[in-house]
Amino acid sequence: MGIIESRHLSYDYVKLDEEGNVEDVTRAVDDVNLSVEPGQFIAILGHNGSGKSTLAKHINALLVPTEGTIYVDGKETSREENIWDVRQSAGMVFQNPDNQIIGQVVEEDVGFGPENMGVPTKEIWERVEESLKAVGMYAYRKHSPNKLSGGQKQRVSIAGVLAMHPKCIVLDEPTAMLDPDGRKSVIRAARALNDVEKVTVILITHYMEEVIYADRVFVMDEGKIVMQGTPREVFSQVERLKALRLDVPQVTLLAHELQQSGLPLPDGILTAEELEAELRKLSGRETVEAGPDGSEEAGGLPEAAAGAQDRPAGEPGTAGPDGSAAGGLAMDPASDPDGAADRNGGA
Amino acid sequence: MLRDITLGQYYQTDSLLHRLDSRVKLTATLLFIISLFLVNNLWGYLMAAVFLAVCIRLSHVPFRYMVRGMRAILFLLLFALVFNLFLTPGTPVLRLWKLTVTKEGIRMAAQIAVRLILLIIGSSLMTLTTTPNHLTDGLESLMKPLKKMRVPVHEVAMMMSIALRFIPILMEETDKIMKAQIARGADFESGNLLQRAKAMVPLLVPLFIAAFRRANDLALAMEARCYRGGEGRTKMKPLIYQRRDYAAYAVLLLYFAAVIVIGRILPI
Repeated sequence: MGIIESRHLSYDYVKLDEEGNVEDVTRAVDDVNLSVEPGQFIAILGHNGSGKSTLAKHINALLVPTEGTIYVDGKETSREENIWDVRQSAGMVFQNPDNQIIGQVVEEDVGFGPENMGVPTKEIWERVEESLKAVGMYAYRKHSPNKLSGGQKQRVSIAGVLAMHPKCIVLDEPTAMLDPDGRKSVIRAARALNDVEKVTVILITHYMEEVIYADRVFVMDEGKIVMQGTPREVFSQVERLKALRLDVPQVTLLAHELQQSGLPLPDGILTAEELEAELRKLSGRETVEAGPDGSEEAGGLPEAAAGAQDRPAGEPGTAGPDGSAAGGLAMDPASDPDGAADRNGGA
Repeated sequence: MLRDITLGQYYQTDSLLHRLDSRVKLTATLLFIISLFLVNNLWGYLMAAVFLAVCIRLSHVPFRYMVRGMRAILFLLLFALVFNLFLTPGTPVLRLWKLTVTKEGIRMAAQIAVRLILLIIGSSLMTLTTTPNHLTDGLESLMKPLKKMRVPVHEVAMMMSIALRFIPILMEETDKIMKAQIARGADFESGNLLQRAKAMVPLLVPLFIAAFRRANDLALAMEARCYRGGEGRTKMKPLIYQRRDYAAYAVLLLYFAAVIVIGRILPI
């Protein structure tokens, strides 16, 4: 059994009128079957009101299912005696950085979870130190959280969860209220946890750029899981995602548009590097096939790639630090020597 | 203007006062306040003021920082001053229309003003040098005997510390809402008292809603981090008396005894 396992999980929000009669029932999560293996990086996507946050709250036993069951680390969350074990093995980071920091000093906040768990004093300090270091906030341990930026606050929140030594950490739109820099730093911290500490990460978001590194992506709509698979599998269905009111990463969208306009690109391109490689393959072939006439069309390609290079700047780790991908493509002498020369100067 | 209130804010620095056990500081604040109300002559107040000044020096908190916080209670101070000045019966000194200033009134007003100022600075010194978590721990430990009387000591202490933590956040929120409402033509400055009070409604309603939403979020976050009340909780920073704490207690008792002897026995 995986670390998180849900079977036919459904949850109703019940609205009561003043006398306590049922006025309205909204099904927020509808028959969800989810299985997460330990150590995976999972992303859950969905537009507002798709039920993704409600699902997240089930993993932490903040909500218990109306119907169906969910097991976290083999324990059924709806059983009263399991609640604290579940909350310890599945930590949760929320959207608003201000509303989840309890301590007035960073280190005290990180120590809050272990304190609640009854960890001995000496070990609390060790855990606080190691978790703050893991998210790169150790230098700020004596600071007041009010003076930190949004991204730093979220990293403190992550450290606070990490200090509880969870097996799995649920990040419920942790970047929704942050600026691009803060977003990057939080996602970087989450990925480091997954890579280095082997913590299972469940990232709930509606920023597509954040999920391309996930092992598995689930897309939710109206409480149901409507798509799942690797990022490549999911993002290759651009039209379907659009119908679900979701964006795809900009590079993927660009590749899709190019494909629509007749370029034979494969589906599900996720990073600028991949697009570059594909275009490079393509431009090489076009030059050979089309000869002098086709060279103009091929020459148009670096342009597009350069555009792609500009836009995903808000996304971690894809673009080379100096836009070298565009330069690299333009330098390909076979495609268009003239254009390459002046674009080289530009890059 | 809203951000100027320093009451309840922790000032981050390192000093003897910061390192003292919070129980000592709580007791000290309590004794200091009691001493202010027991003293009734100039020498007593002078001594209290000197004691406070020494503490401020030791705390490394800039004095300006504390005085800025005083502005918030200026109104209260004036209020108490004026009422005592005019409404204390006794030998008249000055007559202004229907109001009489009496000798006793002047004395009373001066006393109240000095008391209030020392009291506010004294207690804000405590919150400036003690993190709310320490404060909570100290309160909890000092009030432990009440637990036997089924007083929810831990819960009360936790609520207090959360309230303190959210003061600056709610201040900021108020500021933001105020600006938003001013941008839409709200007027908080002009009109008589009633009109101004009415103008506060569009400020208070969103503020309350936001506060409730925050409270809800925070409760979820605390539960998610296994918070379940005081039972079985350990402390990251347990309270252990050090040598300096005992020394501080001794100094405190000395001050208290001296101030009472001087403040109540000497004339003037």
